[in-house]
This record gives sequence, C-alpha cells and structure tokens, in this order.
Amino acid sequence: MEREKECRGTIIRVTGPVVVADGMAGARMFEIVRVGEEALIGEIIALENEKATIQVYEETAGIMPGEPVTGTGRSLSVALGPGLLGTIFDGIQRPLAEMHQVSGDFIRRGSSVPALDPNKLWKFTPRVRPGDSVRGGDILGVVSESPSVPHLVMVPPALSGTVTMCVDEGEYTIHEPVCTLRSAGGEVGLPMVQYWPVRAARPIAQKLDPVDPLLTGQRIIDLLFPIAIGGTAAIPGPFGSGKTVVQHQLAKWANADIVIFVGCGERGNEMADVLAEFPRLEDPRTGLPLLNRMVLIANTSNMPVAAREASVYTGMTLAEYYRDMGYKVALMADSTSRWAEAMREISGRLEEMPGEEGYPAYLGSRLADFYERAGRVRTIGTGEREGSVSVIGAVSPPGGDFSEPVTQNTLRIVKVFWALDSDLAYRRHFPAINWLSSYSLYTGVVNRWWNENAGPGWEGMKSEIMTILQKENELEEMVKLVGPEVLPERDRLTLLEAEVIRESILMQYAFHPDDTYTSPRKLYRMVEMVFSFFALARGAVSSGALTETIRSLPVKSRLARMGTVPENTIDTVFPGIESQMREEFASLGRS
Amino acid sequence: MHKGAREYRSVTHIHGPIMVVDGVSGVAFGEVVEITLPSGEKRLGQVLESRTNRAIVQVFGTTRDLDTHATTARFTGKTMHIAVTEEMLGRIFDGIARPLDGGAPPLGEEERDIHGSAINPYAREHPRDSIQTGISVIDGMNTLVRGQKLPIFSGAGLPHNLLAAQITRQAKVRGQQELFAVVFAAMGITHEEAAFFVSDFTRTGALERAVIFLNLADDPAIERIITPRLALTTAEFLAFEKGMHVLVILTDLTNYCEALREISAAREEVPGRRGYPGYMYTDLASIFERAGRIKGRTGSITQIPILTMPDDDITHPVPDLSGYITEGQIVLSRDLHRKGIYPPINPLPCLSRLMQTGIGPGRTREDHAQVNNQLYAAYAQGIKLKGLVAVVGEEGLSETDRTYIRFADRFEREFISQGPGEDRSFEATLDRAWDLLSILPEGELRRIDESFIRKYHPAYRGQKE
Repeated sequence: MEREKECRGTIIRVTGPVVVADGMAGARMFEIVRVGEEALIGEIIALENEKATIQVYEETAGIMPGEPVTGTGRSLSVALGPGLLGTIFDGIQRPLAEMHQVSGDFIRRGSSVPALDPNKLWKFTPRVRPGDSVRGGDILGVVSESPSVPHLVMVPPALSGTVTMCVDEGEYTIHEPVCTLRSAGGEVGLPMVQYWPVRAARPIAQKLDPVDPLLTGQRIIDLLFPIAIGGTAAIPGPFGSGKTVVQHQLAKWANADIVIFVGCGERGNEMADVLAEFPRLEDPRTGLPLLNRMVLIANTSNMPVAAREASVYTGMTLAEYYRDMGYKVALMADSTSRWAEAMREISGRLEEMPGEEGYPAYLGSRLADFYERAGRVRTIGTGEREGSVSVIGAVSPPGGDFSEPVTQNTLRIVKVFWALDSDLAYRRHFPAINWLSSYSLYTGVVNRWWNENAGPGWEGMKSEIMTILQKENELEEMVKLVGPEVLPERDRLTLLEAEVIRESILMQYAFHPDDTYTSPRKLYRMVEMVFSFFALARGAVSSGALTETIRSLPVKSRLARMGTVPENTIDTVFPGIESQMREEFASLGRS
Repeated sequence: MHKGAREYRSVTHIHGPIMVVDGVSGVAFGEVVEITLPSGEKRLGQVLESRTNRAIVQVFGTTRDLDTHATTARFTGKTMHIAVTEEMLGRIFDGIARPLDGGAPPLGEEERDIHGSAINPYAREHPRDSIQTGISVIDGMNTLVRGQKLPIFSGAGLPHNLLAAQITRQAKVRGQQELFAVVFAAMGITHEEAAFFVSDFTRTGALERAVIFLNLADDPAIERIITPRLALTTAEFLAFEKGMHVLVILTDLTNYCEALREISAAREEVPGRRGYPGYMYTDLASIFERAGRIKGRTGSITQIPILTMPDDDITHPVPDLSGYITEGQIVLSRDLHRKGIYPPINPLPCLSRLMQTGIGPGRTREDHAQVNNQLYAAYAQGIKLKGLVAVVGEEGLSETDRTYIRFADRFEREFISQGPGEDRSFEATLDRAWDLLSILPEGELRRIDESFIRKYHPAYRGQKE
C-alpha cells in the first residue's frame, strides 16, 4: 500500500472549491491531500498524467498557484470506534463541539480535530483469548458506549489470524492495541478504533429480504405507506411542505437501535433546533436520552460544498459500522437534493459534459450506489448476527416538480415514496403526505406483522380506507363539475367517511405531546373506532338519516381528537367515545 | 497570502465584466484587484480564477474604457475586506461602501473579510424570542423570531416596500429594552424606492440606528454581488461584537441573482435552471445563513430579504431556491392587492418555520398555536368553497359551507387588512381571530382544545370557569 516516496506537487490553478495541482506523480484517485500552506483538506477527483484535480473541503479564498499539495496516501475515511454516539460531526467527521473549542463560534479553516477523543478511557471487556482464531467481523470485546448500546469491537473486515495477545478487562484509549493478531501479513496490533473509506460499502455476508415494519409512530406511514426494516424511502416535497418535520419525527420515534441523522446542506437554525431538542428527548423504549443512540452529521448550506458531497457517505459508513454489530440502524438524509447539487456544482467546475438540468450524467448511478448500501443483512464474522440499515432520504425538487432528475432517479431505486403536497400543507394538514400519489412496495411484506401483532382484519381495514380515499377523489372531481347537490346520499356518506379518516387518523400534530407518536396498539384501536363509526353511519343512512345530520354529531370532533388521547388512557377513554357514538346514533333513530 | 501588492500591465482579454491578466505569479483566489484605466480612473475587481500565469478577474463597475494596452491591474494581496465600526450607524454608503452622504469614510475599528465564516452549528442558539411586528397576519399566523431569515416574496407593483418599512418601524420584542439597529442593503432598486426607505427612516428616527448601503438600478450590476456581503459583515460586527439586535433588510434579491447569472454567463459556465448558475443555492445560502444567534452573545441578526417573483411565479429559481434556505416566507398576493387589502399577504403559502418555538404560554399566549392552526384550516376551507360557488352557485352549498365563505371574506377584510400605521399587539391579534372564528359553529373548531374554547371564545368570555 505504501508509496515509495512522498507525493508532493504544486498548485497551478484555483477556481472556487476546485484546485488543480501538477507534479502529483503516484497520486491515486480519491486520495486525501493537504492543500496549500494552511494544509486544507482536499480529495483527488480526477487525474491526468501528473495533474491532479482536487476538491477542497474548506474555503479556498487566498490560496494561490505555487503553494504545495501533499498526498496522505489514504482515501477519505472515517474513524469507527466508541465515542461516535451522541456526537455531532461536520461532513468530513470533524466533531463540531471540539471545533468550537478550538476555533470559536465561527468555523475557521484549516482546523484539524480528531474525530474521536484520543485521550478518553473506555472500559473494554475482552471476548477472545490468546490462541483463538478470528476473522473479519469477529468480536474482540465489548465497550459500554452508552447504557443502551453495547459497542462491539470487531476485527476489521479484511483481517484474520490467531490472537496472540489480548488485554485484561480495563480502561483503554481508542488507540491502544487491545489485541494482537498473527495474520498472513505478520503481527498486527488491533486498537478499538478502525478506519474505513467512506465511498466503499463495508462487506456483508448476505443480504436478506425485509420482513418487519420499521415502526415510526406516524399514522399515515405505519398504516398506509409502511417502510420495512432495512428498506429505503424517499420524501420529496416543495419547500414548506414539512419534509424536515417528518424526518425529525422519524429520527425521534422510529424503532431503530441507532439513528444517524445527516443534515446535508440544510439550515443552521434547524440543526440548532435538533441540537437543542434531541438531548432533552427521551428514548420511548429505555427512558434514556435519545441522543445516546444517535449520531448527527451537520453540514449546513453555507459550509463548504465538497464536504456536503461527502457527508452522506460519512453517515452511511457509520450506519454500516453499527449494522456490523448487529443493530437496526435508521439513516435519515436531509436533503439528498443538496447532495446532488453539490455533485452538480463540482461537476460544473470540472467542466464535465452535463446531463439533464446540468446534473452530471452519473447522478443516477451515484444515487443507486448510495441507496443500495441499505438493507437487512447477515453480517460477516462468526456467529449469526443480523443487522439492518434503513434509509430515508428527503428530496427537495425545485418548484415542487417531481419530474426533475433527482426525484426521478431516486424513485427508480427506493421502495417507498411519501409525496408531500403543498396544498395539504397550505391547509395545515400535516403530515402533508398525499395519500393518492404516495406508495409503498412493502405493504404486502409487513401485513403479516400487523395481523399477528396488532389485531385481526388489519389488511382489510387498510384496503377499505384506501378505497374510500380514492372514491373521495373521484367524487370531488364530480362535485367540482356539477355541485354537491346531485350526489346520492350513499356518495355523500363516502365523502363524510373520507373526512373522518383524514381528520381522525391521517392528520397528526407533531408538536402535541401525545399526538406526536402513536403506538401500533393505539393505531389499531383508532382504526377500529373509525370503522365502528362507519358501520353505525351506514346503518343510519340506510334507514333514512341524512349525512348532513351525521356530520354534525358531536362525537365526530371527539374522533378527530383521538390522537391526542394519552397512550395509557385509551382503554378508558376510547370505550367512552364508543358509547357516546352509539347513544348519538340511537337518538338519531328516535328523532 | 503573504505577498504584498504587485502591479501588471498585461491585460489580454476583456469580455463582459471579466478581465484576464496574463504573466502574473502568485495571485490568490478571491484577491482584490485595483484597476487603473488609461484615463487614470480607478476601479475594483476580484480574482475569480487563478492559474500559474493567468488571473481571471471580475471587474466591479463596468469594463467600459478598459483596454489591453495601458490598463494596469494591481493585485493587492488581500481578499475583500470592509472596515467596520459602530460609527457607521446613521450613515449612507454606496454598494461598495463609499460614503454617499458627504461625510468622510468612517475610521474602522476592525477589518473584516466580507465573506465571513460559517457559524458552527454547535455554537448557534436556537431562536425563540418572538418579534411583535404589529401586523396580524404575520404575528398571528407566521410569527417572526429573532435570528430568523424570513423573506417577503413579492411581485412587481406590490407594496412590499411599504410593508418592509412598517415591519422595521413596529418590530419589537416585548418587555425588553435593548440595543437595536437596522442594516439596509439595496440591490438594483430605483432611486424612488431607496428615497422612500431613507425618508421613512429619517421621519421615524430610525436612521440614527441604521446603516444603509445603496446599489441602485443605475449602479453597476456587478457590485450587487458584494453589497449584501458588506451589509451582513457590518451586521455581524454590530450584533456579535456590539451586542445589538440587528434587523437586516435586503432588497431586491432577484436583482442580485440576475447579477450572478450575468457573471456566470460571462465566464461561460455550464448553466443550471433558466440560465442561473448551478451554485446559486450555495451562493444564496452564504447570504441567508448569516442570520442567527450565537450562544453566549447578546446580539442577533434577523433577515428580511425581499424578492420579486418574475411573473408572480413562486417556482421561479430565485424564490424557489430562497424558500429552501430561508425559514419560511411571507407571500404577497396580487388578488388581495386588487381587492384593496393592505398588507396583501396571502397566508396560505406563507410559513414561519421558527414560529413553533416562539409562541405559546409565556411567549405570546397559550392558545396561539391552535388558533393559528384553526385559522389556516378555516380560511383554506373558505377559499376552496368559494371556488365551488363559482361553478354551482351558493344554493348548492350547505349552511355550514356558506358560513365558511362568510368567514373567509371577513377574515380578509378584518384580520389580514390593517392600516400601514396600525400596530396590533399579539393579544389584539388573537382576540380578533377569536371574534372571526366565532362565526363558525363551535363544533367546527376541531383544532382547538375545549379548554381554550371555554376560555377565549367570545361566547364564553367574561363567564366564570
């Protein structure tokens, strides 16, 4: 791997974040280089003889031709080891809290801070003994990284051999070797930290099909457009349609062991919100701070564009690392459009031939490569560990036009599509997921789980809901042409049913303490309640009641507030609503 | 950047706003260039691309009268800086910070790079102090928060200037007496528009607390690229060094983007949508993201950029990219303007992303969030039904539907509409909202908790609980 002599060239051209250096004999594609007197971090993205084109991860103002460029011999890599959880990094894994100590409130360039604290002591409990033979992915020991997540220290993927030394249980820094391995290449000391190039997927033993739903606590998602554990989903929507709120909700409530949140080219104040709010949030399952099982990557829109391009890969590599330990990981990327635009910007500076709307021709394959790193897998290493990475990518189509290249290329790969709709957002119907244009290809897969775990008839109720919503759309088209007068009572009832579904189930207020999360049990009960209402209403209409009268029943607004009923009181409150419902319908019959 | 100034007479190409100087050495990317014309006139430029022997320079002002023979380019060895000081308050400058008011250039306390640096997201304080603008449709439905960037999306001929001046005049955080300042940057607006702001600031005494940068319609378009950056660098100094709460008004961003496109075209770059450069998102972000608050520092920067949507098209790249960066938008509507409603703000496409943290008990009022939600739902319903009436007539609608239409009409006339001098408190705005909501049957108020209905609904007001 090592080069014979140091690779050292000179800058001959600077244009924005792209720098060209000559005299870079021996440099490799995607190698990390240090640019200029200030040693800014850059990555080689094109080579022509001894000329290397470099994208620089920091502001380049003031850099001039003639300054040196030095190769480091390795490609853009992340440090993997204990200390990742609860940390907030920039796009190239520099911890922002430490950066703050070093360079103050504003990010100064050239600051170099190690990703993981080199001095912190971690309690390491060995799981191997000298003489054991191990291979890539095997567990050397355990570190309690956070109370809810044991961190497994693993043999790096490509290594195998015999353990010749292993430390006793005790406290060590991440760089001290905890084991020594005799492998084909000689003796290697293995510290707790390992490095992995971000643009390469970590190896797995086998990809598995998704089976269970990733429960999000968001009713329209869990009920109508579920995502499976290890699945991929995209949320496209115009600005103001609530992409970020949905992403935050999923980060907070999805039943994943680890959540990686990548803020890619988004707003600084939004990241500040995440930083202020997430530490206060409790993990609904353990009662511990939610941040204990999260990694945040923040590369706001005014931070260097090349680091934005790298940030999604950094996030994915961290996700894969925790998947290797056998965890269920959810990765949120907000927004993949900013990542694609970063690619376009760099491509433009390289004067590459543009594809559609100026995006590089390789946009589709880059997106596919990224989403394909998701999945439920059997990991490498001895012992059957199963882990997963589920990916949820926000897409920000210009002008809300879904025919643009990023949305279209994403749709070719992902299995779930949550289409956000500005009309719904204008009406303050949140989450503004349009039920007519969204879809999920996991519906069939996860039905089994719901039938077994929530209650019988799940599938039937769900498809009836979809039918009613479809029918509402057709009827509304008709009403627009001829007015509501001509509709028969049966159709008016369908409109009312759709209204109840929208108000009582699909709408969910993310900022209400109880409405923000709905458990599968509560969701099932809510759907049941709505169907009781439908049954009574259909009975009443067939015996002559008017839909308009049913619409004005007080119980309708109680149904609309079911979401705000606290989880632990549904067993007393819901039967109350149900009996009120029966009474009101009964009195309807009498009057 | 260690070398001092170097002077060259080797200009080889001039094309649009771009000038190429050959035979140079050690020119830094972003370096400022002083250009001396054959006539002795001086202009400024900035290095856009630097190669071993060649520098590509963007010329501020025009390239008229430059030649490839006698023109000299002096590379100053510095990137673009501005000398900032508190003394700038009350002064008026042109688009590249030369005094326009006849005074001497102020003596800077500090030289700052106009591009600034990104605030570390970790150092940001999440904005949560709501600003009362006294305008119901903003305060009630799209509350502005200190440290926010909330643009006004307008159209040609709509009263965005009147609205911006009203916000500047009335904006306050209640219960706090603090240092405030206004930084105003004009990009390509007319003399008349600029005069309107200056005279409004003078009339209300705001001028003493304002720093004004004017790049007018007949000033060089290229200078527009630096005007907002000068303004924001000044604002950062006043906010984060001097502890002031700075309101920055940038108008008109559409002209700024035109200038960006012009330079991009002159450089023969691959164009993105509608000819705007592919990096326009990043460029706009480098302006908008300079709003905010920082932990442990008292000051704040709140931005109200104004942009005119060409042909009122909100999907045009300028409003579109802005909307993805800013924390919401205030959208003016030509329909409301034609109806004679001021401010003609259509609340439906408006949004304030930071509103949730700025309202509620102890900040505005406990019922604020739910009332807002209900207003939106009811007005949207009213508008939808109005569309229906056009087709089927009022008779085709139910009594409840007709109530919604009445609500929408009165909402426009009584809630949205107010005088340019009218300053309503949060309470006045919310009470007004309740008065309008009480037109609707109580059962329709499904977005409001019953306890709030009992407390604030006019039908129960004054009753014992």
